[in-house]
Amino acid sequence: MKTAIVVFPGTNRERDMAEALEMASGRPPAMVWHRDGDLPDADLIVVPGGFSYGDYLRAGAMAAHSPVLRSVADAARRGVAVLGVCNGFQILVEAGLLPGALLPNASLKFVCRDIGLRVVNSGTAFAAAYGSDRTLRMPVAHHDGNYFADDGTLDRLEDEDRVAFRYAPLGGEAADRFNPNGSVRNIAGIYNEHGNVLGMMPHPENAVRPDQGSTDGRGLFSGLAAALG
Amino acid sequence: MKAKVHVTLKPGVLDPQGKAIAHALEALGFDGVADVRQGKYIEIDLEDGSGGGAEDRVNEMCEKLLANTVIENYRVEIES
Repeated sequence: MKTAIVVFPGTNRERDMAEALEMASGRPPAMVWHRDGDLPDADLIVVPGGFSYGDYLRAGAMAAHSPVLRSVADAARRGVAVLGVCNGFQILVEAGLLPGALLPNASLKFVCRDIGLRVVNSGTAFAAAYGSDRTLRMPVAHHDGNYFADDGTLDRLEDEDRVAFRYAPLGGEAADRFNPNGSVRNIAGIYNEHGNVLGMMPHPENAVRPDQGSTDGRGLFSGLAAALG
Repeated sequence: MKAKVHVTLKPGVLDPQGKAIAHALEALGFDGVADVRQGKYIEIDLEDGSGGGAEDRVNEMCEKLLANTVIENYRVEIES
């Protein structure tokens, strides 16, 4: 699996992502600076977390209109796998590659903690290693993770099996506490209509080593490596 | 020429900042605040002589960048 990571001014999770990708694929990803219009040949393109352009205007809005995102959109249309994590998810929705929007957390606070993540649809390369209805432990770290879409869009996402992950209680967590940001229908990650683009708020790249408190993120990368060669 | 752009959250979109402001106003003793919605105000100076169609161009700016029409409405005023 050949991978590429897109880097903007303000991106800050690209090294963690590079480590997780190299662990799964055996080779380091190509790091692509936002001004480079051309992407290297890759089986998986990752838009990592951080605060691209300082979250000016709206989180992800500036990066969504950069030249490199046009190349990412072209690649997605050709069927290349694209993963957006946290700010990467915000960028993909602002760019129109995924529906909906990410609003400020309902608590108005930055949330940084482990959450439970239920695998809803494991029928894609991203989640094939998990099997459905498993609850994973992964960290979130964001201020604007409150997924929103109108009811029609949400119904369509559910009808088309495009909800990838939902927040879920982690061992005994209270029912009103497990959703860290107020997202509608507890949505934590969604696919595009072809299942080759995934956006998610939790950080699988920060759950790949025992010293990070969880290794549940490994499956996402190993599943992709198995599917994409 | 100046364009004044107001970007506001659509009705039905949760506005936790607006809610927090409403609570703060209540705590300060301001009665009768039913609801608060917070938005953005953007001023754009347009070069003189850019001619007609200014409103159309600013509307396009809103559609493409200034507002996220999934969650926000916008209103444009042109001042010459």
